[in-house]
Amino acid sequence: MKLNTVIIGGGLAGLTAGIRLQKAGKSTAIISAGQNALHFFSGRFESVSESSADFIDFFAEAGVRLHYHEGVSLMPMGKLVPSSLSLEDVSIFPEGGLPRKALIVNFTGYHDFFSSFLAEGLEKEGCACRIRFIRIDEMERLRESPSEMRSVHIARIMDKAWEKVVQEVRVLLKDEDTVILPQVFGLKDSHTPSLIRERIPAKVVFAGTLPPSVPGIRTQLQLRRRYELLGGTFLMGDEAVSAETDGARVSSISTKNLQGHPLEAEHFILATGGFFSKGLSSNPQKVWEPLFGLDVEALADRNEWYDPDFLKEQPYMGFGVKTDASLRALKAGEIIDNLYVAGSILGATHPELGSGAGLALRSAFAVADLIAKL
Amino acid sequence: MTLQEYTSSIHNFEECMKCTVCTAYCPVVQVNPLYPGPKQAGPDGERLRLKDPYFFNKALKYCLNCKRCEVACPSGVHVADLIQAARIRYDHSAPKLRDRLLASTDFMGSLARPFAPIVNAVTGLGVTKKVLDATMKIDSHRTFPKYSASSFERWLKRRRKEQAAFPEQVAYFHGCYVNYNYPQLGKDLVKVLNALGVGVQLLEKEKCCGIAMIVNGMSKEATKHAVHNVAVLGKAVEKGLKVVTTSSTCTLTMREEYPALLGVDNSAVKDSLLLATRYIFERLEAGAQLKFRPDFHLKVAYHTPCHMEKLGWGVFSEKLLKMIPGVEFTLLDSACCGISGTYGFKKENYEASQAIGAALFEQIRAVNPDVVACDCETCKWQIEMSTGYSVKNPISILAEALA
Repeated sequence: MKLNTVIIGGGLAGLTAGIRLQKAGKSTAIISAGQNALHFFSGRFESVSESSADFIDFFAEAGVRLHYHEGVSLMPMGKLVPSSLSLEDVSIFPEGGLPRKALIVNFTGYHDFFSSFLAEGLEKEGCACRIRFIRIDEMERLRESPSEMRSVHIARIMDKAWEKVVQEVRVLLKDEDTVILPQVFGLKDSHTPSLIRERIPAKVVFAGTLPPSVPGIRTQLQLRRRYELLGGTFLMGDEAVSAETDGARVSSISTKNLQGHPLEAEHFILATGGFFSKGLSSNPQKVWEPLFGLDVEALADRNEWYDPDFLKEQPYMGFGVKTDASLRALKAGEIIDNLYVAGSILGATHPELGSGAGLALRSAFAVADLIAKL
Repeated sequence: MTLQEYTSSIHNFEECMKCTVCTAYCPVVQVNPLYPGPKQAGPDGERLRLKDPYFFNKALKYCLNCKRCEVACPSGVHVADLIQAARIRYDHSAPKLRDRLLASTDFMGSLARPFAPIVNAVTGLGVTKKVLDATMKIDSHRTFPKYSASSFERWLKRRRKEQAAFPEQVAYFHGCYVNYNYPQLGKDLVKVLNALGVGVQLLEKEKCCGIAMIVNGMSKEATKHAVHNVAVLGKAVEKGLKVVTTSSTCTLTMREEYPALLGVDNSAVKDSLLLATRYIFERLEAGAQLKFRPDFHLKVAYHTPCHMEKLGWGVFSEKLLKMIPGVEFTLLDSACCGISGTYGFKKENYEASQAIGAALFEQIRAVNPDVVACDCETCKWQIEMSTGYSVKNPISILAEALA
């Protein structure tokens, strides 16, 4: 199959680059080895401050609703972190605008939402919290399999039953200025969170749950749909296994499912993610990029790879493939002319600040725009 | 040797990170709380079963083998294989008569075909459906596929000379459905391949691919079929022929399930066994041409069957359909239609089956196409029964569009 650009990796970076290239009239395919880091998405694009209107409009075309406000947002464990561009699901408190009194509402028996940690975090900031549990009839059948009382399963029920939660919350609400709910609303329809906000007479904050991330899954579906609508080919569950090169250029990629049918293209984008997504591999001796064998920026001494304090910045998260200023990959010190790199595989993400979504977005825009101009 | 080299296992279960993405995409979990979900049924359960078979959970029978868990897994765990392999290994209960009959598609076909008009009339009767529902627990909402009075094999044998005259040749694994129920699809394939200058041959007596046996507790019978089919496919491949198919499920079964679940080595034939859509796409890409009717117009919505999703070849059907002048194409969201072969025919699964497909049916009604395209025969029955829209294999649409 011959295409303009083959994108390896179907996460946020791959999909963003794919949509942008399809919009520019380029034919593309995305190879996606299973689902991606959007399933762990906090909803925040860390470190995006420049030209956010471009990003907001771009996502709006796919039905993904973003907003840009500077301030802090509430993380699942009760920490408040600086935030700016994020999904509408995420509430951002402006400076001096933290809640004074909050009602935290969880579902009875749902263990993937940490109401006590949230309360503890907010109380440190001087916010009084009250925790209440509710039961919704429609959820009762989930209890037959208690181990599967998960965000996505609750969210499927909430797609239809969210108004009942609104009713329950309205009954519970006293003089609190803020209501905190688990992020299990709007799996199907990104309008649901704002509808809930309209119907509750207090500020409504959706706080993250354990994965999978409901807004993340919805975002992935919306982006994939948009990409396919623009004519892109999304190869779900396939995996790039080898690359053919011709001097300083990549000529084709072979995949697990399309053995004997290499994908040929003018340009290639590597957006395979970090260690979790297998964009990078490691053993006790070294870190490497498994598909092309690209140069990797990593510390030589393994003892320096990680900080024994788990919650501190972990140096290995900053490891990534080396590129030139146009994000073209380097191998043995030489530039590969038509291989661009985007997303978490570039390294330099700091988990305590966010999810790498900001890096994915900015690098995907950059490489797609470079390719579209060629 | 490094530590990592010790951590791979059969079906990769040790690669599981417990991220639960598989369970998020399982269509059964959404409708049936009795099913523990692919993470628990697959890698989690496997750890326990390896310690003691006592931990085998009979609820694994609710898995419909759609393999969407495996497609979704970011860590390369063969979740669906783990579940089916566990059923084969640990579930020793004898299959019910009903399951045996549903699974024996070629046996039933060869019995029914000579009496096709009578069989079709009888199975279509309300009273028969009620009796089958009550006695066999085959849901009365279902309509049995009609049997054709004349088999595809017979039709093609009569054209052996004419087909042999084409300069290039392929063999065709038609499967039970084309042979006994819907020979027209086979005829459409012959028309399209002939238009490319390719003649079509039968294999030397193929058997049912065996998928219905694998999922109905008849893996021994399925293995016999697999051994037989690999041998007859091998004979065609030795002659230098490619073997084409028109069913995504038969293709997946023979390419992937034979080695992974039945332990039957298919390495000599695997690369030569292709869905016809892929074969045709590759011919066209290499410069062959098809002439299309100038007046053709059709609004097509393509549904990716689960086993096509696993195979990863839906792209070929999609590209071929888009290539036809006058086709207005919509790609439906990839989702299970709920039938999964014999699964939806069983009375105990009927409701779950319809609930699983509901989102897909809704989307089809919203798109309102002239025809739904799909490469799977059982999806066809399910979508036709549940939406009223007619469903055609992309090969048939291609054949209709030819000048």
